[in-house]
Amino acid sequence: MKLNFPIFPDQASSMAWHVDALYLFLVLLTTFFSVLIAVLILYFAIKYRRRPGHVAQQIHGSTLLEIVWTVIPLGISMVIFVWGAALYYHMERPPSNALEIYGVGKQWMWKFQHPGGQREINTLHVPTGRDVKVTLISQDVIHSFFVPAFRVKQDVLPNRYVFTWFRPTVPGTYHLFCSQYCGTKHSGMVGSVIVMTPEDYANWLASGKAEGSLASLGEKAFQQYGCTTCHRPDSGARGPNLEGLYGRPVRLTDNRVVLADDNYIRESILEPNAKVVSGFQSIMPTFRGVVSEDEIMAITEYIKHLAPQESNPLNNRTTPTQIRDSEVPNIQQQNKEQNEQQQQQSPQGTRPANPSGKKP
Amino acid sequence: MSTATTTPVPVMPARHFLNDNYGIRSWLLTKDHKRIAILYLLSITVFFFIGGIFAALIRLHLLTPNGELFSADTYNRLFTMHGVNMIFFFLIPSVPAVIGNFVLPIMVGTKDLAFPKINLLSWYLYIGGATFSVLAMVSGGVDTGWTFYAPLSSGYLRGHVILMAVGILIVGFSSIFTGLNFIVTVHRMRAPGMTWGRLPLFVWSNYAASLIMVLGTPVIAITLTLLALERGFHIGIFDPKLGGDPVLFQHMFWFYSHPAVYIMILPGMGVISEIVPCFSRKRIFGYAFVAFSSIAIAVFGFVVWAHHMFVAGISVYSALVFSLLSYAVAIPSAVKVFNWTATMYKGSVQMDTPMLYAMAFIGLFTIGGLTGLFLAALGLDIHIHDTYFVVAHFHYVMVGGMVTAYMGGLHFWWPKMTGRMYPEVPAKLAALITFIGFNLTFFPQFILGYMGMPRRYWAYPPEFQVLNVLSTAGASILSVGFILPLFYFLWSLKYGEIAGNNPWKATGLEWETTSPPPTHNFHEIPIVTKDPYAYGEEEEEVPVVH
Repeated sequence: MKLNFPIFPDQASSMAWHVDALYLFLVLLTTFFSVLIAVLILYFAIKYRRRPGHVAQQIHGSTLLEIVWTVIPLGISMVIFVWGAALYYHMERPPSNALEIYGVGKQWMWKFQHPGGQREINTLHVPTGRDVKVTLISQDVIHSFFVPAFRVKQDVLPNRYVFTWFRPTVPGTYHLFCSQYCGTKHSGMVGSVIVMTPEDYANWLASGKAEGSLASLGEKAFQQYGCTTCHRPDSGARGPNLEGLYGRPVRLTDNRVVLADDNYIRESILEPNAKVVSGFQSIMPTFRGVVSEDEIMAITEYIKHLAPQESNPLNNRTTPTQIRDSEVPNIQQQNKEQNEQQQQQSPQGTRPANPSGKKP
Repeated sequence: MSTATTTPVPVMPARHFLNDNYGIRSWLLTKDHKRIAILYLLSITVFFFIGGIFAALIRLHLLTPNGELFSADTYNRLFTMHGVNMIFFFLIPSVPAVIGNFVLPIMVGTKDLAFPKINLLSWYLYIGGATFSVLAMVSGGVDTGWTFYAPLSSGYLRGHVILMAVGILIVGFSSIFTGLNFIVTVHRMRAPGMTWGRLPLFVWSNYAASLIMVLGTPVIAITLTLLALERGFHIGIFDPKLGGDPVLFQHMFWFYSHPAVYIMILPGMGVISEIVPCFSRKRIFGYAFVAFSSIAIAVFGFVVWAHHMFVAGISVYSALVFSLLSYAVAIPSAVKVFNWTATMYKGSVQMDTPMLYAMAFIGLFTIGGLTGLFLAALGLDIHIHDTYFVVAHFHYVMVGGMVTAYMGGLHFWWPKMTGRMYPEVPAKLAALITFIGFNLTFFPQFILGYMGMPRRYWAYPPEFQVLNVLSTAGASILSVGFILPLFYFLWSLKYGEIAGNNPWKATGLEWETTSPPPTHNFHEIPIVTKDPYAYGEEEEEVPVVH
């Protein structure tokens, strides 16, 4: 029986040794002060042990010493603070050109979607030498995406996208843990991160059974849910034009300006009335319970790929377009009917996959 | 050196608080702070051992990586109930409600706490809260983790969350009442001449902890009430499905629960500040700095809560602020450690049992405190947050620190409480066993944590097994260290040597009265003329009031 007894985790990301450097510095510091205090206590206990003829020498204190042992720890801790803060600042801000992967946590599994449309459960394939940004959301309770070999961890919240990023360096298979207690099978919510060389990764991508790119899946969903009925690039549209929307500021009816990021798009799908674009009416129905987190991610990816059209700049209109209630499609009703129809017919396949010519 | 040879053999006082009155009524309706302290001692000992049994079962389960002993649900219940029991029903009341209740009024030179009936009420509230908690335990338990994070606790788990929340809410009022009593007593009932600058440091640190109890505990009551409302009536506060915000729960929870760790550790620090000067026969080094560091910890302790949330989705800038403030709270703790160490310098050190515990405290608390610096370092916390590193860190502070201090304090004041000495040899042995067992249990967990083993894992990858086996081995040694005192303390009640008023020749008003003290503590309210810890000045003269 081989005794497997490692005491240090693998280093498999560009950040790993940066984090380890701070860790080792703190280990040295802790060892120094712990040994210092332990040695002093034991030394004093022995040297000044009570014995006949030995009387304690009364010392009331020393302001100078108090200042010294306040200022020195303060100075050291400020060094640690700045060091830790610099790392955090770097680790919390994903590079802009990163490979984007979407992940959904749910009791008790991880689901990942690659930009090429490949999907994985409890495994995540990533290439070396490339920044990878993982956008995460939970379908139920709080989970936490933890890859010890990368030194990254991010709590995964329901109802809000969070991000983490890393640049894998060493090919291999590493643990993926859920580190936020999430119920019965918390310790079963584990998986593997498989780091591959860029060539192997390309081969893996090619061998994957993708139904199409994530954006094209999003486009299908976009049409299936009837989003195109209102979100059209013409001036009479009842909903704002989404072309070139992503990453741009949007003026709302209450004159606030928000950034159209992943969280904004998701909120606008699930709670359309929370932030209504200036010049539009709050007529969009909620898609909560209708559209899944995976689909929202795909739709977001699709919206990201919608290039701005010269003729139709992002419209923050000043006057609302007048429409009658009867014109507003009841998406949920339609959807329900559609589902019922589908259940009567054979499942899958019959859904009109309607690829419009506007491929990203 | 000792004057023991010249003093007459100590005798038990004829009348004291234990034999002033007999019968169950005289205990259950007592307004005597000392009897209430004994009631608390008995109750929290029960909960300490219940929590200890849960801990032992957890460690047994983790001997093997694949979760072979308990089902996942059972395991989740075990660690939840271990945490809830130990924190709310043992650690928070431990030093304040037992030792503080007993000695604080005597230390400031008064007959009782300011509100004796409220003091009794606080014990009944403790029992009331404990009843709910026990009810929750026997009817199947709770598996939320002691942190009760929403929306898991409010909408997903089937355990008796509301029952447990009610128990914690009620027990919270017991700690509010204790804190209130201490604050008013310290302000209004000091003996003539007992100025703020002459207060024993134990009083200062319990005063600081009381401020937190009074100001912080209402927040956990509010938080758990909101949680119960969401769970019972689906009023959306934390669960996004109901329109709530789960991160809000964490803010509210830690707004109390971080200061609560200072409720747990400050009174322990007070115990150490009494023991170290006594057994070094020396004045405390830097009295004012030790006293004010307690207040500084209480104040800064309120503004560091979000350091539990660095990966929870808070903004980068708030994380920076909370990290900075967390380092600020570390400084007064460091100041205390240096002052205790300096107090031993050129002392006349006698390593009796309380001093052994105090020395263990200083060492273990130093490690516990320094490993807190790892967790407050933002970039590093990302990796070690919610791993066994955190488990090791807070057990170094809570067990290595607080439980060690509580045991030290119990040995130090046991002769005062019972009038009898515990046997020295098994007591020293227990202290040594605790120290060894503790380190073997929790040191491997630091390494496990940095390796990446998450907390609250029912099963774990096989490469973590060796360290887990070491930890379990340590826990079995540690348990001996905790069970041993139970026997010799009980033994000492009948067979222990008569202690006399002041077996340690300590300063402080509590040592000037009889052991055990009379019901009203002093036959005559003392007049204080000396600074605290006036060791050395009258080394040869042992003050006896009557």
